[in-house]
Amino acid sequence: MVRTVTSFGRSGTFDWLYQRVTAVILLAYVLFIVGFIFFTKDFSYQTWSELFAQRWMRVFSLVALLSTVIHAWIGLWSVVTDYITNRMMGGKATVLRLFVEAILAAVAVLYTVWGIEILWGV
Amino acid sequence: MLKVSIYRYNPETDKAPYMQDYQLDTQGKDLMVLDVLELLKAQDPTLSFRRSCREGVCGSDGMNISGRNGLACTTPLSEAAPKGKLILRPLPGLPVIRDLVVDMEQFYEQYKKIEPYLQNDTPAPAIERLQSPEDREKLDGLYECILCACCSTACPSFWWNPDKFIGPAGLLQAYRFLADSRDLATDERLSKLDDPFSVFRCHGIQNCVNVCPKGLNPTRAIGHIRNMLLTRAV
Repeated sequence: MVRTVTSFGRSGTFDWLYQRVTAVILLAYVLFIVGFIFFTKDFSYQTWSELFAQRWMRVFSLVALLSTVIHAWIGLWSVVTDYITNRMMGGKATVLRLFVEAILAAVAVLYTVWGIEILWGV
Repeated sequence: MLKVSIYRYNPETDKAPYMQDYQLDTQGKDLMVLDVLELLKAQDPTLSFRRSCREGVCGSDGMNISGRNGLACTTPLSEAAPKGKLILRPLPGLPVIRDLVVDMEQFYEQYKKIEPYLQNDTPAPAIERLQSPEDREKLDGLYECILCACCSTACPSFWWNPDKFIGPAGLLQAYRFLADSRDLATDERLSKLDDPFSVFRCHGIQNCVNVCPKGLNPTRAIGHIRNMLLTRAV
């Protein structure tokens, strides 16, 4: 048992499941957006803004945004804990890893708040 | 004439490891890589490597043979050096003690973590704990592991986190006991594996399956462990 406090859900099973669930949501969102762009007759700013004026689309977009943040956190946390390790770099790895994780967390919060503002601001 | 290039490092005399070239007349025979090493050791007694059974059972002579982990005793030259050039390095990722001899401590530490022994607190029967042929069959493809470390040292996740990720060899054995009908510690075993490192650093790239000299499939075993963890958690 390896103890971690910065992983998304503490449990590896939890993280694994969330990464898969969010991946499915993101796939559905991408397919929908691409489909909308290619299959809408007279696709224009008008049809695009009408789509995003609907509440379900805003909620769907917010779910996709949160999925991106969760998916990215779990994935990038793995990358950070693979490559920035105390075994390879000594004590300074702790500082560097925490710094990178703090930046990733800040970006995640920023994107979420900014995304909500965009979705409900237009 | 066979050309052989071998990783040499003696920490007492060498500042850094280097590759030493040897020539060997194989007289046209398709020798095993271990035979080549034995013949070269006769030429140069300082050459160090581990070996014991010389028939793929003990798992002592795992090494990186022309870029691929394998057992020197069961890898023929026709496979390892089809163009007449053999390159031998120690198993990647583990600290080198000397030449082709590596320090297996981290590998065994991970093996120890999975408690590789049967756990059953019920009173022992007079003769033995019986198992149905179907239950016994579940251990096929798991019990054959010889702990040569070829798989774990071919795994990038094990290279990065040998202190946290159990590695394919340890996980194959973890599943060997999870799948055993006589073992009663399944839940405790799973609880100890349910963190983001022990099992879940496996990203399924199957280097382990590719190199296993016994033809075992650690990736499949890891998949079974993941399914057991998932079944328990959702």
